[in-house]
Amino acid sequence: MKGDHHVILRVVAKALIPVIAIYGFYVHFHGEYSPGGGFQAGVILAVSVILYSLIFGIAPAMRAITPGFARFIAGLGFIIYIGVGVWALAMGGNFLDYDALFREEPGGHLGQHTGIIVIEIGVLFAVAGSMVTIFYAFAGRVSEIRDEDW
Amino acid sequence: MTGFEGATLAIDLLNITLLTILFVIAIAIARLRSLFAIVMLSGIYSLVSATWFVALDAVDVAFTEAAVGAGISTALFLGAMVLTSRTAKAEKGATKIVPLLVVIATGAILIYATIDLPGFGDPTSPANTGVGVDFIERTYPEIAIPNIVTAVLASYRGFDTLGEVGVVFAAGLAVSLLLGFGERSLGASVRREDRVASLKKDEEES
Repeated sequence: MKGDHHVILRVVAKALIPVIAIYGFYVHFHGEYSPGGGFQAGVILAVSVILYSLIFGIAPAMRAITPGFARFIAGLGFIIYIGVGVWALAMGGNFLDYDALFREEPGGHLGQHTGIIVIEIGVLFAVAGSMVTIFYAFAGRVSEIRDEDW
Repeated sequence: MTGFEGATLAIDLLNITLLTILFVIAIAIARLRSLFAIVMLSGIYSLVSATWFVALDAVDVAFTEAAVGAGISTALFLGAMVLTSRTAKAEKGATKIVPLLVVIATGAILIYATIDLPGFGDPTSPANTGVGVDFIERTYPEIAIPNIVTAVLASYRGFDTLGEVGVVFAAGLAVSLLLGFGERSLGASVRREDRVASLKKDEEES
């Protein structure tokens, strides 16, 4: 790009955005051992997409993560979460009763671990998808943010 | 002075410093009229609050505040700000005095209410003798994951978290139904690129 005075911003962001996204996944998969979980991870992943679209423009971001895909992910996450509850119901337990997932003996932890991991994935998808959808809805109404707009 | 007292003094000084910074930022946000400065300052406010939550040992809350308050809210506010004007209108007359009185009255009531609260980290407080101890004792035998906060959020309070996720999903749905799904600008820019390409083609041909 010729005469681009945001070159430092773009170069730094290019290096940082993958790190932010990987950090989001780290926060997600370490939610059982350290602070964090699906909610924070979803927000961090959404921020990596939003940062990309703030710096490189909304149209390239929408080609990479299409608005339809963001909406699909948001709905899918919510359905995954409810699905775990229905799974527990189908196995004869209460809604979201993870102990019932595999009809374990008392003292078994497989159901609890599986339930937590699956609902955290649902939270991750729903939060990341919803946040990107909200940002696209706001940012999609102006075709380009000019420098003097700030 | 023992080492422990020194540490308490240091933590007190840290708390006072962070709360003073928060106070100054809040006053600045109330006085400023430039929306861009206000959005940036509210992001900084969230970041300083997150630091303060770490000082209070609430690491999970601090992490959420840093990610949601300083990260995504700032970005969403910036996106919303682009749709509106860049400065807020100045308040005048009664609209200036009445909110101030309401805020002072609410603040006085809250400060009065803190007199009855147990001290910070008090081992005999209801939170540390009742349900808190119960969760600390039961989480590992029952769920067997080290982070109690995750266990409470995802398992013991799974239904609450389902509601939270539902709220986030409903917010995304409502915003996209009100403002459109965001494909408009993509369509516009793709059309513009096509037009530029076709113009170039025309020039080459002529």
